[in-house]
Amino acid sequence: MSRAIKRIYMGIIFLFLYAPIIVLIVFSFNKSKSRGQWGGFTLSWYAELFKSRQIREALYYTLLVAVLSTLISTVVGTIAALGINNMGKFSRTVILNMNNLPVLNPDIVTGVALMTLFISVKLELGFLTMLIAHIVFSIPYVILAVLPKLRQMNKHIAEAAMDLGATPSYALRKVIIPEISPGIISGALMAFTLSIDDFVISFFTAGTSATNLSILVYSMAKRGVKPTINALSTLMFLTVLILMLIINKKSDKGEEILL
Amino acid sequence: MGKNLIELKNLTKRYGDMTAVDSINLTIKENEFVTLLGPSGCGKTTTLRMIGGFEDPDEGQILFEGKLLNPIPAYKRNINTVFQRYALFTHMNVFENIAFGLRIKKIPKNEIERRVKRMLKLVDLEGFEKRNVDSLSGGQQQRVAIARALVNEPKVLLLDEPLGALDLKLRKEMQIELLDMQRSVGITFIYVTHDQEEALTMSDTVVVMNKGLIQQVGTPQDIYNEPLNRFVADFIGESNIIEAIMPEDYKVAFDDVVLDCVDKGFAKNEPVDIVIRPEDIRIVTNPDDGMIKGTVKSVIFKGVHYEMIIESDIREYMVHRTMMFPVGSYVGMNIQPCDIQVMKRGEPL
Repeated sequence: MSRAIKRIYMGIIFLFLYAPIIVLIVFSFNKSKSRGQWGGFTLSWYAELFKSRQIREALYYTLLVAVLSTLISTVVGTIAALGINNMGKFSRTVILNMNNLPVLNPDIVTGVALMTLFISVKLELGFLTMLIAHIVFSIPYVILAVLPKLRQMNKHIAEAAMDLGATPSYALRKVIIPEISPGIISGALMAFTLSIDDFVISFFTAGTSATNLSILVYSMAKRGVKPTINALSTLMFLTVLILMLIINKKSDKGEEILL
Repeated sequence: MGKNLIELKNLTKRYGDMTAVDSINLTIKENEFVTLLGPSGCGKTTTLRMIGGFEDPDEGQILFEGKLLNPIPAYKRNINTVFQRYALFTHMNVFENIAFGLRIKKIPKNEIERRVKRMLKLVDLEGFEKRNVDSLSGGQQQRVAIARALVNEPKVLLLDEPLGALDLKLRKEMQIELLDMQRSVGITFIYVTHDQEEALTMSDTVVVMNKGLIQQVGTPQDIYNEPLNRFVADFIGESNIIEAIMPEDYKVAFDDVVLDCVDKGFAKNEPVDIVIRPEDIRIVTNPDDGMIKGTVKSVIFKGVHYEMIIESDIREYMVHRTMMFPVGSYVGMNIQPCDIQVMKRGEPL
């Protein structure tokens, strides 16, 4: 009996969580333009998506920002993690807390702060500022993903490589980086997901010259929700879902990822 | 044993206010098995790390075949190390771990193959080439770490508590195997441990360290039978350490007894410490036949022998005998002159 109650309770929770998304996905295949009525199955909204120049351009910016910010933040974050790992206990704690603050900071504060900074240094808002913003908010996550791998690693491993004749840079390339690569990869995946996912910070830093998908969806919704938005949102949801599955699959193999 | 291979001269390392290694001098010969022995924090690992090139000495010199080693970075030294907990490369298989050093030296492929195979045979891991190092047992990982170091044919192998993570039985087996390997490859081993039994079993020379200073250098027999001070006597094996004076040559006096010994050359009535090993005290059933009389206070069975605490009027003696004397029996104890080791009085422990 209590088992049944538990099941029902869990069912209700998941219904609340996923009902909106399910409705969204279902209606993205709705032939009728009306939001309340099922008018038969169609893929025309998806077809329309790819016809729109505006949407293709937004997709291009979204992917370009995601790829570039992932690459740069992964490199910077990994180097930072290597440095933090070699610090003394006190400075490490201080730096880690400073690193965690932007993670907990509300996106809107980060977004407004970055916008104010860009304007104050007379940097015109656009693609470049959006890219910088994405790099900035991704770096802490990369550090959080790489650092545990470094802490787990035998502390003599770099010395062992040098003992066998490796120069410090050879030891870094051939031993340290491969040893922590699971952490680097999950950090990169997280940076990519966050970048695709982000609306608030992009909204404040992108200006008018560059528009990514989330900003486009927002501005389209202001003019009334068209079914193309449903189709676009469904695709974005699926992309993030696939990335999440990859990240979780990796963490199943005993590689911890902080999410 | 050949000529001098490594010389440490006034070697000093400080961490802040703490002096980890305090101006030590030591000479290590070719093909010697040297053990640095001491409690944790005695400076033994720091000394080893300075020889390996992982710590810079604050003062003093390290000479290798007469040449100054200090300015040479670790990766250019012809010395290899077996690290605590092995530090194997987990993203490589057994073969690649062992081949790592050879690949850096750009040795031809077939030569690498040949040398790695030979090493695997030496450490008894033939057929393990493709195995992931994480899938190996502690003892097997240990062997890979040794093979990875030895394949480079170093003149010196440094070993930092290499058997510390293994259980007792495996540790004993590996001690014998390590000794065999050292004999068969014929190179110098510098071995760090806090386990006195391990040091006595394996070494040609034992270097006992405490508080950054070398307390005594000698063969295992020297260290055990003729400790130079209280610290060495106490650290190596069980011992009865007694504060005594030397009224004249060949005599020591303590409590109410004067015993014969074989030491001389001390000043008249000079205070000394004497060491009597528990197995060197003989028990006689008639107390009047003993030099010291006492009552058995406790008996513990230790396998090969019984450990008995026998209390005289003034102090307790630890005695190891294969024959048991029941608790409460009043007995005599005899000590042969050559079994009394006389040392200069040191700081109280």
